[in-house]
Amino acid sequence: MIDNQFTSTAYYQSVAEEKISGTHCKACGALHLPPRPICPRCLSDDVEWVEFGGKGVLKAFTVVYIAPTVMIAAGYGRNNPYVAGIVQLDEGPCISAQILGLDMAHPETIAIGAPLSATFVERGEGEAKKKFLAFQA
Amino acid sequence: MTTRKLGRGVALVGAGMSKFGSFPGKNSRDLFVEAFQEMRASVDKGLDPRDIEALFIGNYSSDLFENQGHTAPIMADWVGLTPRPAVRIEDACASGGAALRQGLLAVASGMYDMVLVGGIEKMTDLPTERVTDTLATAADMVYEIPAGFTFPGFYAAMATAYMAQYGAPLDVFLKVGLKNHDNGALNDKAQFGQRISSIMEARKASAAKKGNPIPTWETEMDFLRDPRANITIAWPMRLYDCSPISDGAAAVLLVSEEIARKFTDAPLYYIGSGQASDAALHDRPTLTSLPSAKLAAQSAYEMAGVKPADIDVVEVHDCFTIAEIIASEDLGFFKSGEGWKAVEEGVTARSGKRPINTSGGLKSKGHPVGASGVGQVLEIWKQLRGQAGERQLPGAPRLGLTHNVGGTGQTTVVNIFERR
Ligand SMILES: [Zn+2]
Repeated sequence: MIDNQFTSTAYYQSVAEEKISGTHCKACGALHLPPRPICPRCLSDDVEWVEFGGKGVLKAFTVVYIAPTVMIAAGYGRNNPYVAGIVQLDEGPCISAQILGLDMAHPETIAIGAPLSATFVERGEGEAKKKFLAFQA
Repeated sequence: MTTRKLGRGVALVGAGMSKFGSFPGKNSRDLFVEAFQEMRASVDKGLDPRDIEALFIGNYSSDLFENQGHTAPIMADWVGLTPRPAVRIEDACASGGAALRQGLLAVASGMYDMVLVGGIEKMTDLPTERVTDTLATAADMVYEIPAGFTFPGFYAAMATAYMAQYGAPLDVFLKVGLKNHDNGALNDKAQFGQRISSIMEARKASAAKKGNPIPTWETEMDFLRDPRANITIAWPMRLYDCSPISDGAAAVLLVSEEIARKFTDAPLYYIGSGQASDAALHDRPTLTSLPSAKLAAQSAYEMAGVKPADIDVVEVHDCFTIAEIIASEDLGFFKSGEGWKAVEEGVTARSGKRPINTSGGLKSKGHPVGASGVGQVLEIWKQLRGQAGERQLPGAPRLGLTHNVGGTGQTTVVNIFERR
């Protein structure tokens, strides 16, 4: 029986401990974040856990004014926008995350390539409370 | 890549669509019936619907939009076509294009001689934030959406990457929307079939009537640059960069090439189709192109034996204005990073050398997501048969292409049609 351990549940457990866990393909050396049980580059399933350092750069971003319900519940919306972006980690892989500390009032001054550091944000109430990976400018 | 061939030729002999818009009191089956009736009436030499052998229905999310699953048999029933097999095809906003392709494969395989391809979506019953949530499920709910991304947000992020890489100015996005409204103003099926100038004048008149200060916009660009008139949805995408929330349906009839002329003397031949899948947006080597669109286009061009320059009529998936610019490059009409210049120079206008979205595109015509890929074919059908009225392109166009994207390009379908 194959019991795949590289699941999204395992990923979010590591995020709950404020760690960024992905996979390293032992066959071709590729790194993946989020973790992948099968390497999409060489299709090997000989993969192991690897922890990422949390430094990276901004690849793309948006300032969201019309928010989805989960972000509205977290207090965001028309009068309190937030930034969502794509971050490339120094190790190579890219990930989607909320980005804190950027000048949302002057988005045209936000530089693609700006350095960022990982941080963690909590959203949800009670049982549904959950930590998410985010980045700080 | 292997060039794939169809088992036999397939033709398009009928096409119809409902008006796209917001229709309280009409659900997807009501709209599908309208599309079906128009399709039936469009078959020049007449159609006995009992000859239809199977249905392929593109639909993104009747489950969440209408609280109705298992929609394909309902569509078959409402046009009197049970017990024929009816299957729903779901590839997010590319569901319609994917349904067309499945219909093509079914006829080309020899399994059926005649199939009905439909596209349906009923979106306007939900409040905006729940529509936003429903559309978000076309992205990765585990690894993308927790970042706070919305669909306008994803495309806005692509726009920031595109601006940084190629130096495109913010204004260029507004010009795509402006152009598509100019086209949609000539399309009686369009949800927002008004030029931006008409919308602007109506706003001024409304302000005057209410005794409010009359806005001082002099040009359409003044209006579009005004943050009160054109609110930011997800910077840099503003309201007039975004396709609307829409209800609508479309239906087309595909038959084997051998019997096409029993139905019309002017069939269109469905000569090329390509489809590709991809990972989440963050997991791609580029954010300024959709790799799936390039691959789908390459497959479709190779199957059809044509080049980008041969195409006369193009409907691309302009769910957001940046998407049209990227599409125009992915399809090979412009080099990477030059699509925005073509917009500036008016090349993609109806009067330009490479007209794009003569129907008004998703921006002006509307974007009932599962219907859009089939709705695009209606414009090809009309333009290639010389029936596009005031927006008819000159020079008797012969080749038409549709480009239909699911999500941020996790799916793209490209289809090519020919008049012989
Ligand atoms: Zn590998």
